[in-house]
Amino acid sequence: MLPSLSRLFRDIQLGIKNLLLHKLRSLLTMLGLVFGVGSVIAMLAVGEGASREALEQIRRLGSRNIIISAQKPSDEQTATNVRSFLSIYGLLYSDVTRLAETIPTLERIVPVKVIQKEGRLGKRAMDLRVVGTNADWFELVSRPLIAGRVINQSDQAGRKNVAVLTEYGARRLMATEAVIGETLRIGSNYYEVIGIVQNESAQEGAIQTPDQQTDAYIPLAVAREHFGDVFTQRKSGSQIRERVELHQIIVEVESTELVELTAAAIERQMQLYHSKKDYVVSVPLALLKQAEATKRIFNTVLGAIAGISLLVGGIGIMNIMLASVTERTREIGIRRAIGAKQRQIIAQFLIETVVLSVSGGVLGIGLGLLIPWLISKIAGMPTVVSAHSLILSLGISVSVGVIFGIYPAMRAAKLDPIDALRHE
Amino acid sequence: MAMLPTEQTKAAATPAAARFENIRRTYIMGTQQVHALDGVSVSFEKGEFWAIMGPSGSGKSTMLNVLGCLDRPTGGKYYLDGQDVSALDDDELSDIRLKYLGFIFQSFNLIPQLSVEENIALPLYYLGWKEEDSAKRARELAAMVGLETRLRHRPNELSGGQQQRVAIARALANDPVFMLADEPTGNLDSGTSEEIISLLKRLNRAGKTIIMVTHEPEIAQNAGKRLYMRDGLIAGIEG
Repeated sequence: MLPSLSRLFRDIQLGIKNLLLHKLRSLLTMLGLVFGVGSVIAMLAVGEGASREALEQIRRLGSRNIIISAQKPSDEQTATNVRSFLSIYGLLYSDVTRLAETIPTLERIVPVKVIQKEGRLGKRAMDLRVVGTNADWFELVSRPLIAGRVINQSDQAGRKNVAVLTEYGARRLMATEAVIGETLRIGSNYYEVIGIVQNESAQEGAIQTPDQQTDAYIPLAVAREHFGDVFTQRKSGSQIRERVELHQIIVEVESTELVELTAAAIERQMQLYHSKKDYVVSVPLALLKQAEATKRIFNTVLGAIAGISLLVGGIGIMNIMLASVTERTREIGIRRAIGAKQRQIIAQFLIETVVLSVSGGVLGIGLGLLIPWLISKIAGMPTVVSAHSLILSLGISVSVGVIFGIYPAMRAAKLDPIDALRHE
Repeated sequence: MAMLPTEQTKAAATPAAARFENIRRTYIMGTQQVHALDGVSVSFEKGEFWAIMGPSGSGKSTMLNVLGCLDRPTGGKYYLDGQDVSALDDDELSDIRLKYLGFIFQSFNLIPQLSVEENIALPLYYLGWKEEDSAKRARELAAMVGLETRLRHRPNELSGGQQQRVAIARALANDPVFMLADEPTGNLDSGTSEEIISLLKRLNRAGKTIIMVTHEPEIAQNAGKRLYMRDGLIAGIEG
């Protein structure tokens, strides 16, 4: 038999030739699809970029982690104007031991106590977020160590006055990495700087990120001993005093499958021992799932918009092809008289529409690559053009060509050869 | 009406190029039935050159359409090279046209966006010929009609006579059982008409069967046989 591939190639060549006879018309017809495909890819890229960023932020919190944070109960808000009012809320030291004892699915449990204090190192000073925690913290946030070492079990047990700084904090205080072994003063206490960890670039996420640029990590027992549990804030003449034992408890669950179950168990345990709702249990995994669900909705909406624009493009193509069929009635008659079968006429016109729509699709892909690039360049938004969106667009272009080309092609094929030959 | 050579020639070794047996073609115009062909029996033998004549509405166009397998008879039998083609479907008729027939039209009917060579090669494309082979054949045919220097031209760059010669070359491409010419000189001046007719006569002498519809008696004089149509019936056969 004949080599059908070279024949198809010939058919495509003929199609291109016919389309080039009316360059402007073909171009205008394609435009609908160019913009349709282009905007679909661009929107997907922007959406993907935004959601990937959000998902990454959540993922960074750890998909196996559950974060229990202290929260001031809302009914106490009204009492803030009362002078020297002491509000007691937040997580308790006993919560840590109780959770560790009652919930078997925990791999790690990390208590966090946060104190805002000024730190001094020689002449330099900066406001620090002093984090009292244990050795597990560094496992949990897994921040690369730059110099020295992190807090270990013996620091904890020996209640040693040691501190780990972030890279940012170390730079601010010393502008050199030789801070290891120096003495850091926080409030009225002195600490030996034992290590520097890389800081996570501060980004505002949906929930509070567990570590920040200005952190100074010290053993929890030391923090408790030095700073106590009562904090005083002075605000426009009035004093707010709070007693908070722990600000956060971060737990790591054995496996992601157990996260939701464990979160529910924690919630129950906390309810049992906290009469007020002075804590929040947040599950990054749940947020992740929620973000993914949002992304799916977003994609669906996008798909609908894309569908409409491609429909419009397709109708444009159909319109032109119908005009082309009318215009070329004579040619169809000649081909039929010579012996072309109906399906060969269909193939001829269908190839033309598919060539038209695929050309539009390819130009659209070009546009779809250009727009996200410009958006990233100019607006600084992250965009991700995924390979599958390109393949999808090309597939859609072919489908548009076939779907909207089939009717004009059938109409051409169904023409009576005698009438077609008589057509002026 | 008495001249019906059908029965006598049936026994011949080679079948007729085209043979009608009581062919009818009836159109429904509103509530009225129009008998464009009202029971026509005629046999066109191989190697003959026929002219079909008659006033408009006599049924000669319908006859041409049926002969050309563009139209199906409502009744009767049509044998093309011995093969009954009266009840074939659209695809099968297309195949018959492709393999056994060559058309020449009054208005040339070349495809404007294709070159001379491509127009001539068009039937070969549908026959599934390889591109090299069909290009070679197209060039040979172009040379045969004296257009070997015009291969790359578009139809609209040629004179009427040249265009008709391209059409003749195209009709010859598939080496048809017979060629059907519908007023082949109708759009040409007398000088060019002469040229085309002599080309057809040359082809006939070389063995081609030609059936030509014309209303010009002086053109018809060139054909070996003349068939006169009137009211859907054969009014007479000459030659």
